[in-house]
Amino acid sequence: MAVCIAVIAKENYPLYIRSVPTQNELKFHYTVHTSLDVVEEKISSVGKSMGDQRELYLGLLYPTEDYKVYGYVTNSKVKFVIVVDSSNTSLRDNEIRSMFRKLHNSFTDVMCNPFHNPGDHIQSKAFDGIVSGMMVQTG
Amino acid sequence: MESLTLSDVEQKYYSDLFVYCDTDNTKKVASNGRVLDLFRAAQLPSEVVLQITELCGATRLGHFGRSQFYIALKLIAIAQSGLPLRVESLNSVKDLPLPRFVVGKNEAEARHAALYQDTDSQGLYPASGAAVIPRPPGRGHQNKKATPATTSLPVHEVIQPLAPSIEPQPEPTSPVVSPHQSPPTSPHSWRKHKRQHSGGNVERQPVVAATGATWTHFREPQTGTVTGDGMWVSHSPPLPGQESWVSFTADTPPSSTLPAMHPSSVQESTTIRTVASAATTNEIQRQSSGYDDPWKITDEQRQYYINQFKTIQPDLTGFIPGSAAKEFFTKSKLPILELSHIWELSDFDKDGALTLDEFCAAFHLVVARKNGYDLPEKLPESLMPKLIDLDDSAEVPEPAADVGYSASPVEVTPNKSPSMPSLNQAWPEMNPSNEQWETFSERSSSSQTLTQFDSNIAPADPDTAIVHPVPIRMTPSKIHMQEMELKRTGSDHNHPTSPLLTKPPDLPEEAKLPASMKFVAANTVGDGYSSSDSFTSDQEPISRQRSQSGTSPEALKVVAPPPPPPRPHPSHSRSSSLDMNRTFAATAAPGQPQPSTIAYPPAVPPRPLPTQTSAPHTGHRVEAEAVPGGGAVLTTTSPQQIPQQPNFADFSQFQAFAASEQPSSLPEVDKHSEAGQVDKASEGAGPLRTVKSDGQADERVSATVNSAKGSSGPLGPPPKPVRRRLKSEDELRPEDEQHGPQKSNVIAAVLATQPSIPRSVGKDKKAIQASIRRNKETNTVLARLNSELQQQLKDLLEERISLEVQLEQLRPFSHL
Repeated sequence: MAVCIAVIAKENYPLYIRSVPTQNELKFHYTVHTSLDVVEEKISSVGKSMGDQRELYLGLLYPTEDYKVYGYVTNSKVKFVIVVDSSNTSLRDNEIRSMFRKLHNSFTDVMCNPFHNPGDHIQSKAFDGIVSGMMVQTG
Repeated sequence: MESLTLSDVEQKYYSDLFVYCDTDNTKKVASNGRVLDLFRAAQLPSEVVLQITELCGATRLGHFGRSQFYIALKLIAIAQSGLPLRVESLNSVKDLPLPRFVVGKNEAEARHAALYQDTDSQGLYPASGAAVIPRPPGRGHQNKKATPATTSLPVHEVIQPLAPSIEPQPEPTSPVVSPHQSPPTSPHSWRKHKRQHSGGNVERQPVVAATGATWTHFREPQTGTVTGDGMWVSHSPPLPGQESWVSFTADTPPSSTLPAMHPSSVQESTTIRTVASAATTNEIQRQSSGYDDPWKITDEQRQYYINQFKTIQPDLTGFIPGSAAKEFFTKSKLPILELSHIWELSDFDKDGALTLDEFCAAFHLVVARKNGYDLPEKLPESLMPKLIDLDDSAEVPEPAADVGYSASPVEVTPNKSPSMPSLNQAWPEMNPSNEQWETFSERSSSSQTLTQFDSNIAPADPDTAIVHPVPIRMTPSKIHMQEMELKRTGSDHNHPTSPLLTKPPDLPEEAKLPASMKFVAANTVGDGYSSSDSFTSDQEPISRQRSQSGTSPEALKVVAPPPPPPRPHPSHSRSSSLDMNRTFAATAAPGQPQPSTIAYPPAVPPRPLPTQTSAPHTGHRVEAEAVPGGGAVLTTTSPQQIPQQPNFADFSQFQAFAASEQPSSLPEVDKHSEAGQVDKASEGAGPLRTVKSDGQADERVSATVNSAKGSSGPLGPPPKPVRRRLKSEDELRPEDEQHGPQKSNVIAAVLATQPSIPRSVGKDKKAIQASIRRNKETNTVLARLNSELQQQLKDLLEERISLEVQLEQLRPFSHL
């Protein structure tokens, strides 16, 4: 279960960011921001093959003492960042991947909505629902 | 205040009202504003309201708690029924009708006006206007009427009590415009009405004049249904169970609990409406009543939608692209956020385009929204583009055409959607099984052997429950072994299939390819268990199988023990494994050895296990000799052995072999043929053939001996056979001779060890001579087998080399 999920646009500004409310949101915002550097680094290193599912998933970007940050980039350079709590039973890599897959799918659905302008903040209830489902259930 | 006793009906009604007033969602206090509005809606003189407020204690408290609220409501009811306001009367009045509230709003009209501009709602407006205008007075009128009318239950405008499935008559009241009015525009208004009616629904009557609900004004106090545009007023009454979701909070069906208060009032309203309109409304109601929720699309509405669809996309079976839909719906002047939400709801298949059904759903939602209905979180069932079987009940009796349109594209989706909460998630669930199956079949078809195995095994093997993604399970089982055998032999002969296992592992091809073998093994493994049972029971087939896939039993056996043995005796193992497998059919050792053996001898994984090797060692020889023949014998012994290690089988087999002595020629023959058939098949084939020719009895005996040896391997002579086996494996081909003597030794040893061998016991000389003869035969057989295997090995090595070369050539490309 993630504690923070963020969607970053190609220009590196956030399209959607949501944290478990009890946490210090600013901290997560900052973490996501710094993780972007790592994402960029990974993207550039994976230059040769584009679009492979595996490459879309960047894996663990960097761990801190409290949590781990995972990244995922789409073909259109939209980045998904998931922050999970380290104290959680470490989520398996597959689970993280599936979370990213779900995110990607619902992000695609949002993009398909003709009323949504790419680059706008994501305001889809369905997307919110998916994200809520993935967040830590702190009640 | 004194305690208040409320009837159930009242309790529900009051709680609904409280919820309605509880705008802050505190569940404890009703907001003053709302409460006052409500009281005003009760159409009581203000001093009465003040009195009530004071009586209930709210003045004291300064706010309306739940109890105060209830008391106030009761007082209102009392006042409305004309009784003096007394605190004492709170509990004393019996059969007090529920308080009635009339809320007349002009908002509804405003909303109407806001209906799609592009629609010809203009016509409606005047009508609605007309309807609206007179309404207030009418309402007052109606109020009066309603008051007396509350014979059974007062009409609740505010809350729609759930009328007991009443189909109240058309809401009489208001000067509703005849429904016939501008049908094209009407959908909007109708819809509204409908909703409203539905709010009042059939069961419950009349509309709850929720303050927020625009349509409230439509409702006639009497019937409770606001006639609003008038068109639907008549219809309104009976909207079946539509929840008055419009009522307070716009989403909650508050009145669900309230009993139908309206029915009576509704009926009264009939007087107001003209018969014609009533009739029309009734019809419409009926149509709408078909819906159980306010989201039903009536025929008229649908027709209207279809017409609109045509303006954008003439082909009714086609799609409206997202951009066109966006422009169209933007005209409705709803906020983009809401439009976006509507789109999310209605684009069922998430393809960025709207089919006719999706378009109708979206249109319906827009209209609803414009009329003040809140958007649902999920697409209501009635709006789902099912078209398929799903919500038939909820469906409106739409024209077939509509159904037809919606059908195709959406078909799939609805099926999925209803069952699944989220399309994305759901579909995969629904499809996966199909898809998986499909993929499997495809996959299976792609690989020759695999295919067959998969198809054969998977369905055929309920026990193993191997789902098509055929997880190869190396479960040791007789069945598996059998299957392996079958497979091996199967390709060669038909025996493998049926007789052996109940399952079809027939893997016909049997081991043409090593891969297939492996798969088979996997499958068989699964099946193996089940088959193992049958295996034991079916000795004959088993024997046949064994002969066929000499390796299979081995494989099975091998599987049991952790397979991939280091190839202690590659060559020997093969042969031995073959024998062992055949003879032992044991232990469900899944097929590693099998595959290996069955497939290409060289490719075959090394002998299954040392134990096995040892067992097979002895057994091998025996098998070689008597494999074919020994099939039957083996089978007999195999059951015993099956649970045991192959090694153990030897002895028992040997015994059986010795005892039986009567080879089952058939099994042997089969084995021969099977075994022989393939190179891969292995050594078994060789020996089988030879054996066959040599003499079934001997073979049988030898087979049994082998098996016995195999089984007994670990037992007494184990050391010897093991050693021998090892040797033979190492040397493989050249071992023929060695095998011979070894075999004879082994056999002798086995024989010696076999206490049950009567011959040896009884007639040593004869037995020895016979054994010598047998050994010789076995030797020849083994020798031939060796040569054959060597040949196979060479071939395989050549192939391997060629493949490696190819790989090397391709390697540079793989990096790209």
